[in-house]
Amino acid sequence: MLTIYIHNEPYRVKAGINLLEACLSLGFNVPYFCWHPAIKSVGACRQCAVKVFKGPEDTRGTLLMSCVVPVADGMRISIDDPEAVHFRARVIEWLMLNHPHDCPVCDEGGECHLQDMTVMTGHVQRRTRFPKRTHVNQDLGPFVAHEMNRCIQCYRCQRFYCDYAGGRDFGVFGWHDGVYFGRAQSGTLQSEFAGNLVEVCPTGVFTDKSLAQHYTRKWDLTTGPSICVHCGLGCNTIPGARYGQLRRVYSRFNSQVNGYFLCDRGRYGYEFVNSDRRILQPRLRQEDGSLAPVAKAQALAFVGQALQRGKAIGIGSPRASLETNFALRKLVGAEHYFQGESAQKSAISEAILDCLQRGPTPTVSLHEVETCDAVLLLGEDVLNTAPMLGLAIRQASRNQPLEEVARLNVPFWLDLVARLITQDQIGPIFIAATGATRLDGLARQIYRAAPDDLARIGLAIAHLVDPTAPEVSRLPDDAFSFAHPVAEVLKAAKRPLIVSGPSLGSVELIHAAANAAWALTRAGKDARLCYAAESCNSLGAAMLGGGDLTAALELLRSGQADTVLIVENDLRRHMPENDFEELLSLARCVIAVDHLEQATTQRAHCVLPAATFAEAEGTLINNEGRAQRFYKVLPPPAAVQESWRWMGELWVASGRGEASPWPNFDAIVAALASEFAIFKDVPALAPPASFRQVGQKIGRQPHRYSGRTAETADQTVFEPPPPEDADSALAFSMEGTPLEPPSALIPRYWAPGWNSLAALNKFQIEVGGPLHDGDPGQRLIAPKPYPQSPYFKDFVSPFARRPQQFLVVPHHHIYGSEPLSAASAPVASLCPKPYIALNGADAAAAGIAGADQEVVLSLAGASLRLSVILDSTLAASLAAVPAGIAPFEGLDLPAWGTIAAAPAGGQRGGGGS
Amino acid sequence: MGVSPMSSTGVGPVAKKKKLPETRARRPCHEMGSIMLSDEVKKEIDAEARHYPQRRAVVAEALKAVQARRGWVDDESLRDVADYLGLSFDEVDSIATFYNLIFRQPVGRHVILICDSVSCYLTGYEKLLDHLKKKLGIALGQTTADGRFTLLPNACLGLCEQAPAMMIDNETYGHLTAARIDEILGKHE
Ligand code: SF4
Ligand code: SF4
Ligand code: FES
Ligand code: FES
Repeated sequence: MLTIYIHNEPYRVKAGINLLEACLSLGFNVPYFCWHPAIKSVGACRQCAVKVFKGPEDTRGTLLMSCVVPVADGMRISIDDPEAVHFRARVIEWLMLNHPHDCPVCDEGGECHLQDMTVMTGHVQRRTRFPKRTHVNQDLGPFVAHEMNRCIQCYRCQRFYCDYAGGRDFGVFGWHDGVYFGRAQSGTLQSEFAGNLVEVCPTGVFTDKSLAQHYTRKWDLTTGPSICVHCGLGCNTIPGARYGQLRRVYSRFNSQVNGYFLCDRGRYGYEFVNSDRRILQPRLRQEDGSLAPVAKAQALAFVGQALQRGKAIGIGSPRASLETNFALRKLVGAEHYFQGESAQKSAISEAILDCLQRGPTPTVSLHEVETCDAVLLLGEDVLNTAPMLGLAIRQASRNQPLEEVARLNVPFWLDLVARLITQDQIGPIFIAATGATRLDGLARQIYRAAPDDLARIGLAIAHLVDPTAPEVSRLPDDAFSFAHPVAEVLKAAKRPLIVSGPSLGSVELIHAAANAAWALTRAGKDARLCYAAESCNSLGAAMLGGGDLTAALELLRSGQADTVLIVENDLRRHMPENDFEELLSLARCVIAVDHLEQATTQRAHCVLPAATFAEAEGTLINNEGRAQRFYKVLPPPAAVQESWRWMGELWVASGRGEASPWPNFDAIVAALASEFAIFKDVPALAPPASFRQVGQKIGRQPHRYSGRTAETADQTVFEPPPPEDADSALAFSMEGTPLEPPSALIPRYWAPGWNSLAALNKFQIEVGGPLHDGDPGQRLIAPKPYPQSPYFKDFVSPFARRPQQFLVVPHHHIYGSEPLSAASAPVASLCPKPYIALNGADAAAAGIAGADQEVVLSLAGASLRLSVILDSTLAASLAAVPAGIAPFEGLDLPAWGTIAAAPAGGQRGGGGS
Repeated sequence: MGVSPMSSTGVGPVAKKKKLPETRARRPCHEMGSIMLSDEVKKEIDAEARHYPQRRAVVAEALKAVQARRGWVDDESLRDVADYLGLSFDEVDSIATFYNLIFRQPVGRHVILICDSVSCYLTGYEKLLDHLKKKLGIALGQTTADGRFTLLPNACLGLCEQAPAMMIDNETYGHLTAARIDEILGKHE
């Protein structure tokens, strides 16, 4: 720690940071634009000027840009110095010369950093008399709107999009005051992280196109702390609602998980909550076969009886909260509870959970990924399956080049200089995959092969690192020439990271990644092991246990079960069509509880409407075993309630007791914790519903929330009381604590004078650092130092081609492979059509003329008519199909199939036969 | 797409994608007979690239090489340059549009750069500009209908001691008067 003097008062600050960070961390208001806590300093806007004095005698001082000046012991500065104040006011006047007077029609208005800084600097009178320069805007796709006239040329967008996130279809064009930020041509932004421009741009140039469909000012949004449900990483979010509709999702800072950003699947997937496919009423199958809305009591009575009379099993879901799965498990009994995944998928989740706990290598948070200096990706196309993990790996790729920057005594946060020094250098990233991945541009070496051969690569690397790890026989030369240098580089790194995941459907791959990581740990490295997870609660479901869907089907076949209660799960996505049909035909009664109409709800005898993540409290376990809590941001629509609450009511309806065992959220969390040792800390993740600050709950609405008295004025002149919330310490109200809430309960970032999300600075211990009372969430699992070799002795035989056959592998798509986000209109517009990808040589050998040809794929008893894509990167004898996209949902891939040219006519795009 | 070489108001570069006046309406690239990078151009680029560790460093030189042959840089040539250097279209276009003397729109056979900087401004730039505009019948940023001249403003040509000044193609001209301008223009077909 160092001492600096601000206005002649001494302050202790951290060494190595810049003056702007120091001032902001100490709570001073210094206006700034181009600096961003994650994208760091460039010194472009000149807004953050302060006076720096040579010593106590120096009364004149020098104006310096605080964001590019490192703190030094004994440094004396002034923020309030009249010259500095004047300078900053003139800088903003100059930045505002061309800025339009359009705050009232600007979507950024009310949460605009430019507005805040303008007020802060006191620039209240505009003197410019000249015509303003104007630009023509671009159509940047379904996510981000563009209004270039509002630009103040801070360069943040370009620095985030290109430098930080690696996007290459964006840039700065022109020069002088015509400088233009956007694409060379209109078109959909290609980066998975484009939506962050909305938060990164300090003005209204880039705004949220989905919000614009149902626009609301920040001060009118009801918000709450939430967790993204669109992959297994558990990024923290702040969704906002108004008039019973979800309006947008912004990132919620968590220094360990997602930091400042989100991926576009996570940001724009929320519209499923507002979808036409929402189930808003209980539905009961009528005599004419239709599903008709019925009163809640009738539905409960029906299901209650069915559960009582029949031999019921419960099928949970990897996308449902711990509480919901737990309640279902209690209702049907542990031996009749199933986790709702195929045998293959649940074996993988269990293997991941096992590998993270039985071996000596710790797993990583996303933040820790950024601290690793060599990465091996084994089989997982992370930008498509767990996008933010890809962004973290991109940051990790800078660590080795940044060593040179440190050697030159340049602070790493001096971003422009650091990037000039490092140029195109990239730290060691190695990618072994079935075909091209979106991170290939970072890779030092790429190996492409079938899943089994990828697993063998992992095992081989383990053996090369630690000779006591099992050896791989018959390793071909090309595999060895990949594995050997990788092993050497990983061994030489300080913190090597092995990344894998479930997307290729291979337990062997999970084991191989573990072997490689364990070998590095045994070799004395500070190694890390990271697995992506497919669903937001895959690991939680694995922790709760329960059989897979094959076991469930067996129980039905044997007659030991005849009634199926399915919660937040579309079984059609987890089992092949034949099994799905068999299950439905064997079950006398099928009850489905879910948010959206889907194959299972359409076939059920009774459907109960479940609250989405936005209308419920719950706990999710992310890919690293971190338990995180989410809260309602809007009350569920009238007949809708949390699935765990339905389970409580079914408890009563099926005669299990007089009252629900879980009258409120805290009760079910307590029950969960008392029954499972692993969940013992879950109640402590956040304060209970009884928590109060100065006697008050925490308001989900800003104190400036408008129109509450008018919201229902068309029905009554009396203002209704805000909806009660017995489940949390948050209230659906603008009344609430004036203090800063505990970090797990922060509903939005706002501070006096800071209406934009930069108010977050005021909630952190230091800018960019953890929230005041620590980041919410807790990892529930830990590695185990193992006395002997923990290695898997899996023998994986080399991939053997089969004549005239293809191994069909699933390729995941950020937009489309995850079902909830695919039901969100802006995301749906980017989902791929069904296809089959082959490499050119294989296609030619199979007599396929070329791209776009129609073929019939025979796979697992089905014949699917598809259009061919040629992909020269695909490993030989593989065919890739889009994972989770019809007609491929529910298929356990990889699987062998044959391909034949399609007869003329017929229908494209699959459909069984 | 593309950025006009200079703004029609003369106060700075024109906004991206602003419609050009009718006289300068662009023809689609394929009508302009876009060429692939010739071996000669590639050789020039490679020779330049040997001086730098990154191929990215030669974008400006590569664009100049294209422009030297075509007079301007069309989208397809720009894409060829991008492919040849392993860059994206946007990355190269960022650089192309940064330089006011890389033309992303067709220009006339001769490009007049009239200096609008301090010395020339003080010594009569405005009058000369008016004269040029009238004489050629075009505004700044435009090309005469016969494709003979394009008129662009330029900051200081380094000829202050002979202000007011202009440059046509690679020649500079000082001590300008309306009569001298007429004479100079007459020498350019
Ligand atoms: S568009 Fe926004 S982020 Fe980009 S330079 Fe302009 S003001 Fe800054
Ligand atoms: S990476 Fe996953 S958890 Fe994070 S925002 Fe994207 S979909 Fe959501
Ligand atoms: S924030 Fe320091 S110069 Fe822009
Ligand atoms: S100002 Fe015109 S040449 Fe210098």
